[in-house]
Amino acid sequence: MLASLQSVLLADTSAQALAHASAWAVFLVGAAMILTGAAGVILLRNPVHCALMLVVTLFGVALEFIDQSADFLAAVQIIVYAGAVVILFLFVIMFLGVDRKEAIAAEPTKLQKPLALLMGLVVLVEILALSRVDHWVGGTPALSGALNGPGDNVQKVGQAVYTGYLLPFEMTAALLVIAVVATVVLSKRAGGAGNDEAGAVVAEESSEVTS
Amino acid sequence: MTGDPLFVHGLNLAVWVIIVVKVVAVFAIVLLSVLFMIMYERKVIARLGVRYGPNRAGPNGWLQSLADGTKLLFKEAFTPKGADKVVYKIAPYLMLLPALIAFAIVPLGGQITIAHHTTELQLADPQWGILFLLMTSGVAVYGVMLAGWASGSKYPLLGSVRASAQMVSYEAVLGLTTATVVLVTGSLHTSSIVAAQHGGFLYHWNVIHTAVIPFILFSVAITAEMTRAPFDLVEAEEEISGGYNLEYSSVDFAWFYLAEYAALITNSAIIITLWLGGPDGPRIAGHSIGPVWFIIKELVVLYIFVWIRATLPRLRYDQLMDLGWKKMIPAALAMLMIIAGFQATSTSSGSGIGHYLADRKWGFIAIVASVALYLLLTRAIEVGKTSSEIEGTQRSESMTGRQL
Repeated sequence: MLASLQSVLLADTSAQALAHASAWAVFLVGAAMILTGAAGVILLRNPVHCALMLVVTLFGVALEFIDQSADFLAAVQIIVYAGAVVILFLFVIMFLGVDRKEAIAAEPTKLQKPLALLMGLVVLVEILALSRVDHWVGGTPALSGALNGPGDNVQKVGQAVYTGYLLPFEMTAALLVIAVVATVVLSKRAGGAGNDEAGAVVAEESSEVTS
Repeated sequence: MTGDPLFVHGLNLAVWVIIVVKVVAVFAIVLLSVLFMIMYERKVIARLGVRYGPNRAGPNGWLQSLADGTKLLFKEAFTPKGADKVVYKIAPYLMLLPALIAFAIVPLGGQITIAHHTTELQLADPQWGILFLLMTSGVAVYGVMLAGWASGSKYPLLGSVRASAQMVSYEAVLGLTTATVVLVTGSLHTSSIVAAQHGGFLYHWNVIHTAVIPFILFSVAITAEMTRAPFDLVEAEEEISGGYNLEYSSVDFAWFYLAEYAALITNSAIIITLWLGGPDGPRIAGHSIGPVWFIIKELVVLYIFVWIRATLPRLRYDQLMDLGWKKMIPAALAMLMIIAGFQATSTSSGSGIGHYLADRKWGFIAIVASVALYLLLTRAIEVGKTSSEIEGTQRSESMTGRQL
């Protein structure tokens, strides 16, 4: 990173160095967004602020997708997660009026904090170890293979989904429909008028599970 | 793969500078159009109401919006006591940003050459093309939602809840009708969408290619998305005394105003790009005058938006939701299916009505299926209505509580 920046500054403005520096800049901005957002989600006290920091993280992830030329995933990331899922979060937070500071001290179980810490460490160690062994974990484009053959990223994803992976795709769609129908049935049975918010929560949770 | 010829020789410093210049230029174009648009709207509405409209500041009053803007800048920026300070200050920018950046994917027609670098008159032509529009319209909800919430008072919150429910509801129609355009074009690139409509004034445009109905659905949905009249119950003064921006004043209010009109201009440009051929139009004396045609179309579309605002009364909340969920989404789905069916046309040898029908069998099957599903849907809605009425009388509950 520093080397590439230096080469830019030292008037060695060859096209490749500049492209390289740009790619690095995109990566760094994305990484900074992801980390800031993630830290914000767990450190801030107000649920609405947490949801907003989650959006920052999602945008950072989308940026990294673009950096890896996975354009379609980036678009879907923003349209579905930032544009729909977090909006629903906010809706529920505002409707149920939980947008106040909550007592974090009250833990469901005594062991929750140490267990969470342990699990986090395990996952971190796993990722670090894997990235030492296998390069695909780090998403290095040169090793996981750049796009080849004709057509855009979007076209390739579309072809894969509608030919080779048609059955899983249709099953996911069916699962989503089932989740929606189940939501309607549950909120209907629970008894009419006052239960709209509960239905919304269930719908959101089920869509989260399936997506 | 289409791409801007600017990047043919890779990325060097000159290319960087050109990109920055283009960004600034597009930004300036949108902001200046906003100043123009506010006056255009006020003048046209005045004329439709047999009035003069603003006619004091500048020649014929055309500098009135500049004067208003300047005045707003020097007013006191007021923050309510119960407001969430940070979010309250951020919300206007969150509203402004999507409206501005969506303009980046609009092709304005033709190429220009600056210092041996040829570039399209279009800021960005990303691979995900028109998905960018769906992205910005999805994210635009945040500005409205947070503005109302952060104000810390009831009426703005009501307004913002209405607005976000409305915007989320109509996004599905937006996506489905955009998908029909992508179907007939076979590409997500806005430049390809425009190129496919090139040649043959009106005849090759997507309005005709997609049988007009998706165009109407898209225009209605995008009007609702912008919460413009007749879908402006977000700012119904007599019900919720203002709307999500009720507590805002000074520059912050100016940003909201700016964002609203920037969204109007950008969305009109998107309508032109998707359905009305973009910068396509007859050449004058052998010269291609894409940008001129684009501006003419933009003025016509904007005039229609103003005309609608001056003519139609505001919808009720249940009418809005019924229109969106029970009429427009099914219609958009049906049109998507029908157009997909007609895209799957095979060419058999021979002529005559029999071959004609056989070639397009999937299209006609889709039409029949749509009609059948429509009848099923109407029946289902009817049944649902009667059963909930029975339920309502059994519990002897008034339905008014459920209306909103």
